[in-house]
Amino acid sequence: MNGVHDMGGMHGFGPVVAEAHEPVFHAEWERRAFALTLAAGFLGEWNIDMSRFAREQMPPAAYLASSYYEHWLWGLEHLLVERGLLTRGEVEARVTALAAREAR
Amino acid sequence: MSGGHEHDHDDRHTAPLSDTQLRVKALESLLTEKGLVDARALDELIDLYETKVGPRNGARVVARAWADPAYKKRLLENASAAIAEFGFTGRQGEDMVVLENTPRVRNMVVCTLCSCYPWPVLGLPPVWYKSPPYRSRAVLDPRGVLKEFGVDVGDDVEVRVWDSTAEVRYLVLPERPPGTEGMNEDELAELVTRDAMIGVGQARAPERRVP
Repeated sequence: MNGVHDMGGMHGFGPVVAEAHEPVFHAEWERRAFALTLAAGFLGEWNIDMSRFAREQMPPAAYLASSYYEHWLWGLEHLLVERGLLTRGEVEARVTALAAREAR
Repeated sequence: MSGGHEHDHDDRHTAPLSDTQLRVKALESLLTEKGLVDARALDELIDLYETKVGPRNGARVVARAWADPAYKKRLLENASAAIAEFGFTGRQGEDMVVLENTPRVRNMVVCTLCSCYPWPVLGLPPVWYKSPPYRSRAVLDPRGVLKEFGVDVGDDVEVRVWDSTAEVRYLVLPERPPGTEGMNEDELAELVTRDAMIGVGQARAPERRVP
C-alpha cells in the first residue's frame, strides 16, 4: 500500500545526519515503548507484518511530525484496541488519571 | 500519539511528562495490571538490546569471514546458518543474506518503508537509518549519501542498494583493510564498524602494522 511511510525516492528531506556516539535509546519512555511492543507481540495476537501495517495507519501529517518510537507507540495502541486487549476508553481514562496525578 | 508533539530531548525528572510519556505509562500500567505483560520481562528485553546485542556480534562474523575462507564461503552461501554458528539467532534476523563488497562492487542497505535491520548481528538501528532523509535518498542518490558518510566511490565501482523487508535482512561484508595480514580474529573484529556492515562506511585501518 502506498503512503507516507513509503519514502524511497522522495525529495526534500535534506541530508542524512548521523549522531556520534549515539545511545541505543534517547529517553526512558523509548525503552519502555520498545519493550512493551515486543512483550505485547509475544501474546501472539499479531505478527510483524500487522505491526508494521498498524504503524502505517498513522495519519500522514502525524507520522511525519513524530519520532520513530512514537510510531511504534501509536501502532501498539492501535493493535491492542483492535484486538480487544484494551479499550480506547480505558487507555484515555488512564492517560487522564496519570496526567492529573502529575499535575498535583 | 494523539495530541501534542512535545519533543523533549532531555529526560529531566523535573519536566512535566509529555503526552507520549503519559501514553507509554498508561499502556504499561494497564497491560501489567491485566497480566498481559510482566514488568520484569520488559526490563530484561531492554537490557538485552541495550547492553548485550549489538554490532560487536556482526564484527565477529565479519572478522571470521576475513580470517577463514571456508567460513566466508558458508556465510555467503547460507548466512543465517553461518551466523547461527556464533549463537546469533532470533527475532529480526531469521533470514539473513550477506553481501560481499569488492573493489568493483559496494553494497548499501536501507529499509525504505520502515526500519528493518538485522538485530541479532547489529542490534537496534541508529536514528539516521530510520530517518526520512536516509530512507528516501539511499535509493535515489546512494553515492551522494555515501559521500555524506565520508565514503567516496569511484565511477568504476558499482553501487548496489538493498531494500530490506520484514523477512530478509542484510549484512554487508566489508573489504578487509590492507595491512591486516597476520592479525587474529579478535584484532580484526576491532576494525569492523557498524556503518561498514550497513554499507555506508569502511572497516578501520589498523593503527600499526602487525610485524
